[in-house]
Amino acid sequence: MKYLCLIYDNEKEFETMPRDRVEKMMGEYRAFGDGIKKSGHYVGGAQLHPTHTATIVRSRNGKVSTTDGPFAETKEQLGGYYLIEAKDLNDAIQVAARIPSAKSGSIEVRPLVEANA
Amino acid sequence: MQDETAAHVRDTVDAIYRSDSRRVLATLIRLLGDFDLAEEALHDAFATAVELWTEKGIPVSPRAWLISTGRFKAIDRLRKSARFETADVSALERLEVTETPDLEEDDVEDDRLRLIFTCCHPTLSPDAQIALTLREVCGLTTEEVAHAFLTPPPTLAQRIVRAKSKIRDARIPYEIPSRSDLPARLDSVLHVIYLVFNEGYLASSGASLTRADLSGEAIRLGRLLVELMPEPEAMGLLALMLLHESRRSSRATPAGEMILLEDQDRSQWDRAQIEEGVDLVERALASHRFGPYTLQAAIAAVHAEASNARATDWPQIVGLYDVLLRTDPSPVIELNRAAAIAMRDGPESGLALIDAILVRGDLTDYHLAHAARGDLCRRIGRTVEAIAAYERALELATQEPERRFIGRRLDELRLTSPR
Repeated sequence: MKYLCLIYDNEKEFETMPRDRVEKMMGEYRAFGDGIKKSGHYVGGAQLHPTHTATIVRSRNGKVSTTDGPFAETKEQLGGYYLIEAKDLNDAIQVAARIPSAKSGSIEVRPLVEANA
Repeated sequence: MQDETAAHVRDTVDAIYRSDSRRVLATLIRLLGDFDLAEEALHDAFATAVELWTEKGIPVSPRAWLISTGRFKAIDRLRKSARFETADVSALERLEVTETPDLEEDDVEDDRLRLIFTCCHPTLSPDAQIALTLREVCGLTTEEVAHAFLTPPPTLAQRIVRAKSKIRDARIPYEIPSRSDLPARLDSVLHVIYLVFNEGYLASSGASLTRADLSGEAIRLGRLLVELMPEPEAMGLLALMLLHESRRSSRATPAGEMILLEDQDRSQWDRAQIEEGVDLVERALASHRFGPYTLQAAIAAVHAEASNARATDWPQIVGLYDVLLRTDPSPVIELNRAAAIAMRDGPESGLALIDAILVRGDLTDYHLAHAARGDLCRRIGRTVEAIAAYERALELATQEPERRFIGRRLDELRLTSPR
């Protein structure tokens, strides 16, 4: 069963974090990534550029509109994701809880709809 | 090689900076693929020019010299930083394999358009589009832009940094939009220029000289756009700005009190600007591909050509508002049309239309709707209603000169009121 773990964290805090703390966090992420690769959970994952680089696209009646956004007014923003293979939700939660940002932000765990074989 | 005195070279470099630095920047952004790197390269190139031209003479083509020097300086910078960081290596490799590009005149002019369209890209927030355009295309400093928009400089600097990082990280391409995208993308550019102009035009009061300069910048931008891309609506917008600007000196008393169009001293209107504006409107209309900016300019042109308010061709103005309302329906345009109808058919006709708009609830919080209603009531002697309408307008108005104007009207009405 595949789960998408969406990592929500305060990007403003991350942007103003002192260098040594950023490096510590990066180290934690590397260790976490190595860990879930070894355990066979890892399918994919990436960090996202901050929300001010985002674009909202809408298509209505054949007309495409693009705007900036989403607005980063909410406390936590989507900053990255992991796609994992887990036995069940409990297993996925175990993995998600070890994502370094779980300590400061929150992780949304969503099961993927499996295509019928 | 000519022997150049240091002072002469410095003057020449300054003059070239004023006339060509934006062109050089626009091309460097294309060659280097990065706004910040291009800005540093631009400054390095000009600094090197001051040094080298004194020694070796001014080159035959200073602009081409500055562009290629800027490019080499950028490669130097990337090489130095590549020793410490790995991130810049790919940019450096890409630059090192590309030959020194030809710098045809057409490419350079296209680069200016690329810069304008990139700064006004619709995926950037409107605030960011304005700030970036004034900073990169017009060459204003961050402090100047911040001052003109009454924004703290750090906020504005942050806005520009974020816009540039979105261009880089989300990869907004540095290009002139394709024919199919052009209408929408051009709209976005015209809108930015229009907003810059309005910001300068509406703030006509007191100590805010820099805000008048904003109108000047908008007109320069409009001219540049017409020169690079003579689309009818670009001409229409330039005409609209010139025709409004022609009245600047007559719009307020020296003390900053507002003067209505009908009371303005028309001999003060700038004839050269009017002539240029009218000529542009005629060219735009002749294309049969015009839009709202051209129509608004045509209305302004009818006013400009009348020797006084009574002599104005009101039927033509109403006709233009009819067309405008069909292409760009909005309650504000309806309101303006109602005011023109009042001039053509009498205050009662205009008043009926304004009341209909207000009843619909569209402009109940728009101070000018109530001020217009107050004025028409005043003209037909419905003093009590006029006072009520002006009082509502005063509650809603925020600009000081407008508030004082409405206040004066109220004072006059209260004197004649049979209370």
